[in-house]
Amino acid sequence: MTDTSEGAQELSARRATRPDELRRESGAVLRLPEVPAIPAPASGDIDVEAPDDETMIINMGPQHPSTHGVLRIMMELDGETVLRTKPVIGYLHTGMEKTAEELTYVQGATNVTRMDYLSPLNNELAWSLAVETLLGVELPPRAIWVRMLLSELQRMSSHLMWLATNGMDVGSTTMMIFGFREREMVLAFFEKTTGLRMNHNFIRPGGTAADLPDGWEDDVELICDTVQARLDDYDELLTGQPIFRERMEGVGVITAEEALALSATGPILRSTGIPWDLRRSMPYLAYDQVDFDVIVGTYGDNFDRYAIRINEIRESIRIVRQVMEMMPEGDYRVQDKKVTPPPRARIDESMEALIHHFKISTEGFKVPVGEVYAAVESPRGELGCYLVADGTAKPYRLHVRAPSFVNLQSVPVMLHGGLVADAVATISSVDPVMGEVDR
Amino acid sequence: MTATGTGTTGTGTTGTGSAGTGAAETGANEAGPETVPAAGGNRVPELPGVARATSNGGQQVVFPRREEYHEVVAAFKDAGYEMLSDLCGIDYLLDMNRPLPDEVSPERFEVVVNLLSLSGCSRARLRVQVPESDLLVDSVWDLYPGVEAMEREAYDMFGIRFAGHPDLTRILMPEDWEGHPLRKDYGVGRVPVQFKEAPGPR
Repeated sequence: MTDTSEGAQELSARRATRPDELRRESGAVLRLPEVPAIPAPASGDIDVEAPDDETMIINMGPQHPSTHGVLRIMMELDGETVLRTKPVIGYLHTGMEKTAEELTYVQGATNVTRMDYLSPLNNELAWSLAVETLLGVELPPRAIWVRMLLSELQRMSSHLMWLATNGMDVGSTTMMIFGFREREMVLAFFEKTTGLRMNHNFIRPGGTAADLPDGWEDDVELICDTVQARLDDYDELLTGQPIFRERMEGVGVITAEEALALSATGPILRSTGIPWDLRRSMPYLAYDQVDFDVIVGTYGDNFDRYAIRINEIRESIRIVRQVMEMMPEGDYRVQDKKVTPPPRARIDESMEALIHHFKISTEGFKVPVGEVYAAVESPRGELGCYLVADGTAKPYRLHVRAPSFVNLQSVPVMLHGGLVADAVATISSVDPVMGEVDR
Repeated sequence: MTATGTGTTGTGTTGTGSAGTGAAETGANEAGPETVPAAGGNRVPELPGVARATSNGGQQVVFPRREEYHEVVAAFKDAGYEMLSDLCGIDYLLDMNRPLPDEVSPERFEVVVNLLSLSGCSRARLRVQVPESDLLVDSVWDLYPGVEAMEREAYDMFGIRFAGHPDLTRILMPEDWEGHPLRKDYGVGRVPVQFKEAPGPR
């Protein structure tokens, strides 16, 4: 019992705390407007005016260099401690799922590739796998292995990009330059192969748009050797560095139960120790024929997520090397004239080829009635493509299960109880791509 | 070097890593790709009176009625489906004659839930019919908190309300937006573009 200017003050029993106060203490998610999920006590014997002036709500973003796009985070702060958080999204919403209903299956890959702009080939892959499952076409082996090669290179470039931006977020501009430099090599190879650095529209239903360019082995070998050597530089620069470790270790912790409950996938789920990687657990393409490790963490903190990503680059290099050895010869797309257009040279010689090319370009191909959920392991987690076909040449409904969209829900849990200065590093460790979040 | 061990991990284990037992906790347990069980292992719980079918790709699909949707999801959770990987709405306005099991009467809207079992390496899909006259479904947020954003998206895009959702507000569209864009009777919309060389009104 102490005397203050407000009169005698006594610490009341815990059960006297109002339910909304309790929820403020325990909950991590900031929800506005507040929904009275727990009814207020009926008896009026305790009438405590909730001191709302203790906490402060600030907006971070939507324009902030570390929010990885137009993400806005509403944070409730008590001093420097983050209490509850609410990610506010939708600033990049362009209605791609609606657009997909207006495009044919041939054009659809161009649409989905713009969702996760840091790993466009994985978007195309999920889309193509979904369409091919509905069509029931069997891919030639070379198409499968080319897709795997590109998918793993994409994972490398995406993780390198993450290392770069994460480095910038925690104050290492050197890492930013390094990450972009190595990513540039991969993008240069993509440009040589697909014609574009991003948004390739290269993996299409029925195979790929073209074969790998001549001498691709040399380019890929160079990428693998260089990145492998540079990864050791990163280890020297970041992994063992005390300042970096101080900022990453024990920050943004999420437990396995929380990650599962919040449907988090990818490095977030693996950082908690759950060895869940779709490439291993539910293999697609030919991932059951290559040898690689699933990297898992222990503590579920930012450092584990960093270590997982940097080691996944090493695993991707391992896979790419095996793919180079095992790359089969043959056709790079299915020889079904109704699905894949003929090569350009054939059009000049054959009337049939011209007709098929014209039909596919204008009408597209019809896909039988059905619905399918195809999922691949994108660098950010499970990228799912739920596709409903009604028998026409355009999808009836496309829904993309974007890993970043779902993973953002774990941000409040990671930030809860931490310092506002760590928020930047933690948001970065989730690796959200806003194009995919808003779609 | 790093606190993260590289482990060749089998699929059957969903060992929720006991955090804090040391950096070398995740050793390499020898589990090659041959231990991968066949995808789509049938672990769908027995649900009397609930229609089911098999979808493209051999996936199990269950059609619970709207009233029993919540308890069916709970039964799936008890059967080892640890994760709700996806929830989305569909407007079947233009496709009311879609193929469905005989017991299921088609409605305009559907809520589709994709569940994932990490321990069984299998997926299951639930399709709930939602009539246009009463767009209300039980929320499964109390079972899977990760569904919060997905249900908000379904509400935003289709106007399907979820009873028991903690914060059912628009998520992608602006708060004051009218209409639900992914409905089939919602126009695509166009922005008139005035080209510089466009001929003016005569």
